[in-house]
Amino acid sequence: MEQKENQTAQVLKVRVWRGKGSAGAFHDYEVPRAQSQTVLDVVTHIQQHSEPTLAYRFACRVGMCGSCAMMVNGIPRWTCRSHVKNVAVEGALEIAPLRNLPVIKDLATDMSVFFEKWTQAKGYFEPSASRTDALPAIAPESPQRVKVDEAIECINCAICYAACDTVSHNDTYLGPAALNRAWTLQNDARDAGKTARLHAISGEGGCTNCHAHQSCMTYCPNELNPTRSIAGLKRATVAAFIRREL
Amino acid sequence: MVDIRLYMAQRISALIMLPLIIGHIVMMIVAVQGGLTAGEILSRTQGSVGWALYYGIFVIAVAVHASIGVRTIAHEWAGVPQRWLGALTMAIAVGLTLLGLRAVYAVVA
Amino acid sequence: MPLKATPRRDGLYIAYLVHRISGLALALFLPAHFYVLGLALGGPGDLDAMLRWTDLPLVKTAEIVLVLLLGLHLFGGLRLLAIEALPWSPPQKLYAAGAAAAAFVVSLGFALSAV
Repeated sequence: MEQKENQTAQVLKVRVWRGKGSAGAFHDYEVPRAQSQTVLDVVTHIQQHSEPTLAYRFACRVGMCGSCAMMVNGIPRWTCRSHVKNVAVEGALEIAPLRNLPVIKDLATDMSVFFEKWTQAKGYFEPSASRTDALPAIAPESPQRVKVDEAIECINCAICYAACDTVSHNDTYLGPAALNRAWTLQNDARDAGKTARLHAISGEGGCTNCHAHQSCMTYCPNELNPTRSIAGLKRATVAAFIRREL
Repeated sequence: MVDIRLYMAQRISALIMLPLIIGHIVMMIVAVQGGLTAGEILSRTQGSVGWALYYGIFVIAVAVHASIGVRTIAHEWAGVPQRWLGALTMAIAVGLTLLGLRAVYAVVA
Repeated sequence: MPLKATPRRDGLYIAYLVHRISGLALALFLPAHFYVLGLALGGPGDLDAMLRWTDLPLVKTAEIVLVLLLGLHLFGGLRLLAIEALPWSPPQKLYAAGAAAAAFVVSLGFALSAV
């Protein structure tokens, strides 16, 4: 719902969060407009011309790695894939570090807790075979594999984690990304850790805390749907509970 | 903050209440026709085992459902610490059960 | 952390707010409701005195609002149960809007027939 950027303005007004840890403030900068400018271009310009000590992350700058995720006018985005003309509001940008994560400095957040929750959710593969066993035949069209494939493209950018209000209000909640990955593994025919993982995602911080706001789905740049995955986990949890397996 | 047991209790109490609520709203529409008086209500409910069961179950289900719901809000919006949530949930559930069953008794006895 | 929260104009976020606030309002209403009914313990007199308030237009409006809140919470809850128990269905905003519409219909029905 952002307004289209005023094409005749030559200068962008940019507010950037600067600070260490929880202390900090927005600082104002002016950046010259350019053709096909992305928000990452803007941040880079500020660091190169105005503020050499500005801390921020990026890597591929082509929308594959997810490192450049930040809050842009209050919305979590990949800054390398956010064109200024699409996201600026009345010629202005407000750039802040990703929500729901501790800030190290300026626009760089500490993602440890995001990955710790990934581990707590047992979002890792447990092998069931050795190199001497035959390769398992998994048909891509099989219903179970379809479920995996529609959720597998997560690159851990933490945009869903930043968008999720349940994460904001409930610090033990594992979060959409970790649970989404757990779902793909619960449907992976080769994985041997399903029982332990079911316990991991159905406890205090587990899938039952999701309120289905669907912000994760709304803002995921890879168009994944963690709410759908979490609903699947809820169904699996309920079924196991009824069978007295939990 | 909400584990599978609380989750199940909340969903099951909701499902139990679904027909009870529909019945209650229909009853209210019927009862309110031509003004509402205590005599009118009591003449329907007094001595009725059926209404005692209906509203008795309703009270217990809503006590379970509301206490878990308020627990979630208390933690997520009011920041009530994890360690107090159990006591809070129990207090609300017990409070609503006692007040509610007292009300049921008041109209069926 | 003094950061701007993600802007809240999304229909599904509003649906969540409506569900949560209606639930809270109903939970707060319940003790009052139980108290009023409990007045019958001393015979019909005390309850009747309280019920006279229900003739007031303000109270009747409050009753309609209560039925609306109940409907919003109930249909919103059914929407959530559908998300959790049934296979995923893409038009989520439609269901949220449908739940709200159903609640308004029920509340209107109550308003028209019970007032």
